[in-house]
Amino acid sequence: MTNIPFETSGGGLEPKENNWKVYFTFSTDHKVIGVQYLVTAFIFFLIAGLLAMIIRAELLTPPLDVVSRPVYNGLFTMHATLMIFLWILPANAGLANFLIPLMIGAKDMAFPRVNAIAFWLVPVFGILLVLSFLLPSGTAQAGWWSYPPVSIQNPTGHFINGQFVWLLAIAISGVSSIMGAVNFVTTIIRMRAPGMTYFRMPVYVWSILSAQLLQLFCLPALTGAAIMLTLDLSFGTNFFSPFRNGDPVIYQHLFWFYSHPAVYVMALPAFGTFSEVIPAFARKPLFGFKIVSISSFLIAIVGTFVWVHHMFASATPSWMRLFFMASTMLVAIPTGLKVFAWVATLWKGKIHLDTPMLFALGGVLMFLFSGITGVMMASVPFDLHVNNTYFVVGHFHYVVFGTITMAIYSGIYFWFPKITGRMYSEPWGKIHFWLTFLGANLNFFPMHPVGLQGMLRRISSYDPEYVGWNIVASLGAFLLGMSTLPFLANIISSWLGGKKANGNPWRASGLEWSISSPPPVENFEEIPIVTKDPYDYGDTLTYE
Amino acid sequence: MKVFNIALLAIFVLLVILISHWLGQNSYSWLPAPASLEAGPVGDLTSFLVTMGSVVFLAVFGVLLYSLLFFRAGKNDQTDGTLIRGNSKIEITWTIIPILLVTWITIYSFHIYKKMDLLGHISVAQIHEHNLFDQSADAAEIDTKIPTSETIEVIAKQWSWSFNYSGQNVNSTELHLPVNEKAHLLLKSEDVLHGFYVPNFRIKQDIVPNRTIDFSFTPNKMGKYKLHDSQFSGTYFALMDAEVYVESREDYEKWLAQTASLKPIAAKNKAFIEHNKMMQYASWFRWPTISPAKPPLVNSLP
Repeated sequence: MTNIPFETSGGGLEPKENNWKVYFTFSTDHKVIGVQYLVTAFIFFLIAGLLAMIIRAELLTPPLDVVSRPVYNGLFTMHATLMIFLWILPANAGLANFLIPLMIGAKDMAFPRVNAIAFWLVPVFGILLVLSFLLPSGTAQAGWWSYPPVSIQNPTGHFINGQFVWLLAIAISGVSSIMGAVNFVTTIIRMRAPGMTYFRMPVYVWSILSAQLLQLFCLPALTGAAIMLTLDLSFGTNFFSPFRNGDPVIYQHLFWFYSHPAVYVMALPAFGTFSEVIPAFARKPLFGFKIVSISSFLIAIVGTFVWVHHMFASATPSWMRLFFMASTMLVAIPTGLKVFAWVATLWKGKIHLDTPMLFALGGVLMFLFSGITGVMMASVPFDLHVNNTYFVVGHFHYVVFGTITMAIYSGIYFWFPKITGRMYSEPWGKIHFWLTFLGANLNFFPMHPVGLQGMLRRISSYDPEYVGWNIVASLGAFLLGMSTLPFLANIISSWLGGKKANGNPWRASGLEWSISSPPPVENFEEIPIVTKDPYDYGDTLTYE
Repeated sequence: MKVFNIALLAIFVLLVILISHWLGQNSYSWLPAPASLEAGPVGDLTSFLVTMGSVVFLAVFGVLLYSLLFFRAGKNDQTDGTLIRGNSKIEITWTIIPILLVTWITIYSFHIYKKMDLLGHISVAQIHEHNLFDQSADAAEIDTKIPTSETIEVIAKQWSWSFNYSGQNVNSTELHLPVNEKAHLLLKSEDVLHGFYVPNFRIKQDIVPNRTIDFSFTPNKMGKYKLHDSQFSGTYFALMDAEVYVESREDYEKWLAQTASLKPIAAKNKAFIEHNKMMQYASWFRWPTISPAKPPLVNSLP
């Protein structure tokens, strides 16, 4: 039905011998690329998590006693950078790569080779970043915001330094993400099966479309800022040097113009996953799915006009503070709609608490909490007290871990049988959930009270009065680190020798469940014709 | 059954309100002891936000919990739940309620902001602004009631604070402020971004190099507090703090007179001391860092 050429040079996913080798090739099969993304992202997730555990070990006691101050600054910079650019973004890209063509009834992505290039750039800049630990200068140490003038101070004077490598990596990541975005948007708009109208697309597809449009619109600002900062750092320009007519506040605007929407780029796919998993395990259609679909777009649009709320304490005039307070408050409306829709889907359902559902519900609950602290911080006078304190750190960890990482786990468990053709172990999945949920809350909740007390983020030693909650947070972090072990054991052993899964083990609706597990190389022998709305669940006999 | 459900709902609503109110009242104690006029309204705002947030959280959590308890599938139950695709009345309701809630929060926050602005802390120098708020009668009243103390120049650099009382010929690493007088500070940085933050005062302002930022607030409780650098400023960021003393007019003037008589010497500086210790290690053993700026010259006992 489409004339877009594609090749299957890399081979497919048939369960034949030695098929693992395909994952190390330049395959253009979206399913192979999806798995490549997921596995690569998880490796970097473990590295970034290890960095977080060293940070928490340092914060276990008030004085500086585990690492040196430059190393500490490098640790939190790299922890954030790896988690954002090498865990959440590629893990989301991995799931979306695997799922989007299957969900819309296409044989592959629109540009399979671009897809493969976009993926292979990920390990390139990931390895660059990790290797920067070995440079004489150490890694970048200016935080993931990389605010000048600190970020352009370059104490070694060497051309190749941690900050330079960091900027290079961000630029490559930007190129990779823009390639991915072009591909996703084209695929979703142009390659839907006959009958797959926009309102017959699952909410997951809507969420990817809105997230990737946001990426296309906003990412150039960051890539541009990274290039200008590189010129300042290495080639003597003065875009952001305050004493040579540059302005460091301009950088903050460029940075947050992308990096706030980036939160929605990361969170929207999570909302999409919740919208697929919850109906399947509540055995009910997603409540008001059209409104939920549209609210993805509303979140993306409103999310483009809120960036200055990161800069309330910066040199920001009053009118700007108040405008961005009001716009930020608006985000609560479409996100609230989604939360209510998920909860209403549970109402009068037949709820099954399998692992994907546990992670989805845990994610919704933690998202609710982070949404509330988010509205609190949108209020300018409150933010002026908590800005740059651990309250903010707690808030966004409830988003990036509590919501997004929980959603990625939920998605991995949910689609594991589809990806591998095998079932994972349910008891181990449940153990993994409870360790993760407990660890995450122990780790991130205490950041709110110490933040309200005034403990600042990015400090390598702190006043003894904050020690109590910090011990709890550190123990939570170590538990969270341990919680990845049952996951790894479960996934690896199940992939190798788990029970065979049929095409639709969850009795779920959606085109991806209408084909065998794992799907054949060409996905659909015949392109399906779609005649029904998504979320085909629910018992008409009990309908009131 | 119907009576049971209504009773359950009534108890639930009552519990949500009671717990939220209790949390809201308690939230004052989650913040450091207030010590400025600005801290009062911020405390009220925090309490309001905690109360509202708790209502939303508990209400949604309650419904979620109810569903998990009463709508669970049996062990081998393969049937589906009730087919409900949506309900426009409910959907409209839960669009309007959040709109009203956030409008309320925005207006209340604006009101608090205005209150703080009238007290004078928010004007940012060098960014020309139209007068956003009417200087209404009560504003003038507040302004006349509170005397303004001497202008103090605050110099931030990697990694030290110094406070210059130019009229009195005093330069110090301690910030002394007379109680119940509007403090007027000129915030300056000599190198990178820094931030002025005293948790007990509930106010925070970034300091941008090569700009002078006008900053005012009114400390209203005598005591010793801590000023922190609140914007990441590099290697020894965590060490960049200073003591803040809020004292009576007499004590304040006594301190000024005493300090003015002391000879200026290089200040003792935590970052400087730690950096010198670090430099004793072999260079391959440590990551290089920007050296701390020269400690400021301050009037102090040797």
